[in-house]
Amino acid sequence: MLKKRDDFEDILEERRNCSDLRYALKCYTPVVYKGLTPCKAGVLKNMVLQSDQLHYVINQVSKETGKAPEDVQEEASAILEEMAHRMQLSTVRFFAFTLCKVFKTLFRSICVNEEGIQRLQQAIQEHPVVLLPSHRSYMDFLLMSYILFTYDLALPVIAAGMDFMGMKIVGEMLRMSGAFFIRRSFGGDKLYWAVFSEYVKTILKNGLAPVEFFLEGTRSRTAKSLTPKLGLLNIVMDPFLKGEVFDINVVPVSISYERILEETLYARELLGVPKPKESTSGLFKARRVLSEDYGSIHVYFGQPVSVRSLAEGRVNRCQFNLTPRHIPKRPSDDVHSFVNAAAYRLVRAQEENMVLKPWVLLASLLLQNHHQDLDQDRLTEEALWLRDVCRQYGAFLHWPDHVPPSEVVSSSLDLHRGLVRISEGRVPAGPSGPGVHPGAGPEEQLLNQAVVVLSCASYRNQALHVFLRPALLASAMHIATSSNKQEVFNSFSFLRNMFSNEFILCPGATMQDFEEACFLLVKTGVLQITEQEVLSTHRGHRTLAFLTRMMDPFLQGYQVICMFLCEEASEALTEKTFIPAVRGFMVKQLLSGRLRYTEVLSSDLQKNALAALLRLGAVLKTKGADQTTLKVNRVMVNSLEDTLGKKPLQHLWFEFSS
Amino acid sequence: VIEWTPGGIPSIHRVSKSVNLNSSYLKKKQCFTGQMQEIMKWNGWGYVDSKFQFNKKGQAEFTGKRYRLSGMVMPALKEWFESTFGASLQHKTPASAIPNSSAVQPPILNEAFVEDLKSTGIPFSQDAEDRVFRAHGHCLHEIFALREGKVGRVPDMVVWPSNHNDVVKIVELACKHNVCLIPYGGGTSVSSALECPPEETRTIVSVDTSQMNRILWIDEKNLTAHVEAGIVGQELERLLNESGYCTGHEPDSMEFSSLGGWVATRASGMKKNIYGNIEDLVVHIRMVTPQGVIEKSCQGPRMSTGPDIHHFILGSEGTLGVVTEVTMKIRPMPEYQKYGSVVFPNFEQGVACLREVLTLITNVFAGHALKPQKFYITKFKGFDPNRLCVATLLFEGDRERVLQHEKQVYDIAAKFGGLAAGEDNGQRGYMLTFVIAYLRDLGMDYYVIGESFETSVPWDRVLDICRNVKERIIRECKERGVQFPPLSTCRVTQTYDAGACVYFYFAFNYRGLSDPVHVYEQVEHAARDEILANGGSLSHHHGVGKLRKEWMRETVSRVGMGMLKSVKDYVDPGNIFGNRNLL
Repeated sequence: MLKKRDDFEDILEERRNCSDLRYALKCYTPVVYKGLTPCKAGVLKNMVLQSDQLHYVINQVSKETGKAPEDVQEEASAILEEMAHRMQLSTVRFFAFTLCKVFKTLFRSICVNEEGIQRLQQAIQEHPVVLLPSHRSYMDFLLMSYILFTYDLALPVIAAGMDFMGMKIVGEMLRMSGAFFIRRSFGGDKLYWAVFSEYVKTILKNGLAPVEFFLEGTRSRTAKSLTPKLGLLNIVMDPFLKGEVFDINVVPVSISYERILEETLYARELLGVPKPKESTSGLFKARRVLSEDYGSIHVYFGQPVSVRSLAEGRVNRCQFNLTPRHIPKRPSDDVHSFVNAAAYRLVRAQEENMVLKPWVLLASLLLQNHHQDLDQDRLTEEALWLRDVCRQYGAFLHWPDHVPPSEVVSSSLDLHRGLVRISEGRVPAGPSGPGVHPGAGPEEQLLNQAVVVLSCASYRNQALHVFLRPALLASAMHIATSSNKQEVFNSFSFLRNMFSNEFILCPGATMQDFEEACFLLVKTGVLQITEQEVLSTHRGHRTLAFLTRMMDPFLQGYQVICMFLCEEASEALTEKTFIPAVRGFMVKQLLSGRLRYTEVLSSDLQKNALAALLRLGAVLKTKGADQTTLKVNRVMVNSLEDTLGKKPLQHLWFEFSS
Repeated sequence: VIEWTPGGIPSIHRVSKSVNLNSSYLKKKQCFTGQMQEIMKWNGWGYVDSKFQFNKKGQAEFTGKRYRLSGMVMPALKEWFESTFGASLQHKTPASAIPNSSAVQPPILNEAFVEDLKSTGIPFSQDAEDRVFRAHGHCLHEIFALREGKVGRVPDMVVWPSNHNDVVKIVELACKHNVCLIPYGGGTSVSSALECPPEETRTIVSVDTSQMNRILWIDEKNLTAHVEAGIVGQELERLLNESGYCTGHEPDSMEFSSLGGWVATRASGMKKNIYGNIEDLVVHIRMVTPQGVIEKSCQGPRMSTGPDIHHFILGSEGTLGVVTEVTMKIRPMPEYQKYGSVVFPNFEQGVACLREVLTLITNVFAGHALKPQKFYITKFKGFDPNRLCVATLLFEGDRERVLQHEKQVYDIAAKFGGLAAGEDNGQRGYMLTFVIAYLRDLGMDYYVIGESFETSVPWDRVLDICRNVKERIIRECKERGVQFPPLSTCRVTQTYDAGACVYFYFAFNYRGLSDPVHVYEQVEHAARDEILANGGSLSHHHGVGKLRKEWMRETVSRVGMGMLKSVKDYVDPGNIFGNRNLL
């Protein structure tokens, strides 16, 4: 199962030995796309404004609104002005210089797979390139540009959310380093959409620069990959589907942080403390973070994926033959499902090349440990066991084999001492950071505890993709009424469907996922699968228990939400009040001891559960005058609740823990 | 680079008078086997006496006396050939020398049919050479197999009807005895249309229309001519010119292709901008089918009488019957003719210019071809030799208007960065059209195989389709283990208001490949997929034949196929015209 992966090189090492200024001022001559006709920023804007696409939409809007076409054209021009990047090499150099300093203070190393860089360089010359980094931190896109500058590669233009624009100077500087800004929502605004898509396509088609954006749409606060957003992916695939370019190379990039800068910030946000608006002063407050150690970063440039080969046999490009290509059209069903499947595939490619640090395993283990304090030796032993399982499942684990395991564990714990306290060689039950004050009120204590738990969970989540399919199977075996293979499959399929907003599960791949899970568990001796039955082996118990426990917080979370909807939800429940109401209900349950996992307080889980229930039709939205109310189908929610927890919740945990 | 000594080139279209396909000559001679074979290659393009070859000094020359190029030495061709394909004069792949009669299956003969045919007095032959000659067109795989001496299913006999009534008799006998008929005109098909279906167990009779080659009348009042459908292009033009007329229909194959073949494939000529394509040129068609003769009752210039029955015949590719006589529009020969050429800095500018020229000028601008890349102009001041592109032009009409429009065209060209490159270059470009097919035979002597194929595409797609198809060809070659970079290029050969006809040229050095023809076919197949995915048509004028049949349904829709099938079922329920083209 070991996958071939490239080696890493630390790019900070050289920076620690020679002049940052010389580095920032180095000769920068990246290779470019072979079909490139170079053009200046102003020319690009003209190309966009004079495109047939935009002309068509301008006329359309003018007809619909009665505004003069010239006025609409003005509007378009203003939108473009607001959006467009103004990349300047001098600003890039300034960033390169500053970031050197910052990175060297924050991180031990920034490791990059050089072979990936070489592949990218090749790809840039051959076809227009789209870069798709994972998104876990604000740092991501600066880091990307920094790396590309370091390796003398073409700097990307980056789709950034408008909220950065709020940071006056920084916003402009980001713009000058290649960011372009898009509004967060412009659903019905035809003109905006036209300018935006034409802008991106013009850059891409002409190979002016690699286009970079985040498939997940926003930073994942949980470190789980987010369900991909299709808007921009649709736009960048369009030139290929319409034959305007021969091919497009899409390069997934996996950025893994050993310690995330925004760690507790995210946890608080998930617990309902609103996210601070991005502002320059806020960023400076973040200077506190500069004094801390954030370990290392691994950036893995994945194999370029040819859109042409993705589309081979999946999309009939002849469908674009019968209308002029500049007339905007909704993607057809087959294009939509193609782009959707491609998006999932690309997110999975990001996941696969995420580097997991030993701490990720420790966090997974600590989160499952509710009973007794662990001594460090026991923890080390468990971690080594999990390390081996992980490797068998093909995870990209960076466990330093040449270092004694006990040292690996203690240095990991040390790096994350904010989340876990060690006293006299014993690790207390469950994560317990310094944030837990014994003197505070019970609810405050609970929330403080939750901050630590959610932070830990964000590390465990980094490994979720490795265990997801086997874990779903383990849970499916648990909720199935028998070991009959068909029944287990049905339960698997039910869980997979239930959690498809929670985890990255490719649509329509139930069978493959089931087979993959079976394969892994059989191969590792955990299961025996006959024609009729799925049976656990004696030595498989430990793995099954671990896997089931990994899924438990999610099962319990969804179950509690179902319980809430049946028992507590009033007729007046709205989309807006859903999260606070659920949270209130959960806090009560947690305080009374009827709920085990504080993790369920995560608004991410709550939102995902609601989305799943809406998708399944167990909850219906009715749009009112000023708010959207939620109508609960109690019968259905009840039955979902039952299926999720065949047995009383309390028993779940004891089942395998003997 | 091909170069030859420049000089006054009178008319590139007129082939030397030494070719004599005069109908009276053929009529006197009662032996019909081999009139064509004697002067035509049996396993390559064109006349036996005309071919490219490398002489003892290693210089390329073109043999014979028929073309302007004949007898000339082209020192640069060798270098071009070697550098383009990585080919070498040391590595030869000569064709087998003589047709191998023993490789031909003995004919399957329907004795009753043969007896009845004898009684009509229509000449026929069962000679192996005659049968092999009419068993193929000019697809790469067909010629490649012949050069290796391989012969598949061939017609069992050949008949030579000399007029419409002969054809009626042949078709009646074929129906009576359930014999399969395959009409044969000039044999220039590039769609596997002449290939005999290997599964055909009936007697296959090749109906060679070459003896039906007379102009029956010329109507000067209405400017029409009534012509037998077996006449070949150059002969038709020559005979009409004698009376001061022309049809203006000049497909690249006009030296050999026949009027009936044009009708059956929806042919197109390079001067169609003035004269129109074959469907615009025909006024009346007569075709013999198993159900009888189909024709219109009058020669009105246009009719509203339901769907035009001519359009069931045009493009029917020999699946419904034999076209025997056609009334065609004719025009007085042009008073003045002038060639020209323009060099553009790149293909994109050239295409944009052609588009503009077309919207502004009609009538006088007879034709043009636009080629990217170096071929006969390699250097031009200030232009990037790797990107420059040449347009060749031909103007016809009265002198004053020709000159006026010529100026207009050059003015437009200037707007697109185009510079006039002289009449000579234009003329060479046109001449090349006729000799280019001979080049393939030269390549095949030295491990190089290739072919051209065409499509039609809306204007806004021209550049995209050219780029993508060329790249697809290169990539497919790489993936299939072709050891040398292929030649993958294209040109715009026809323009319409709504789009253009684009030709792709694809050739490669196949040393190191065990089954080069299969590789070639896979690449061409992929290229056709790419064409269709980029908004191109299945064919502009080559037709479908058997080579492109698999794409017909998606091209004309399921209902469209049903319509065509029901026509076939009514007209030819016994599948007498069993070449299995198209459907």
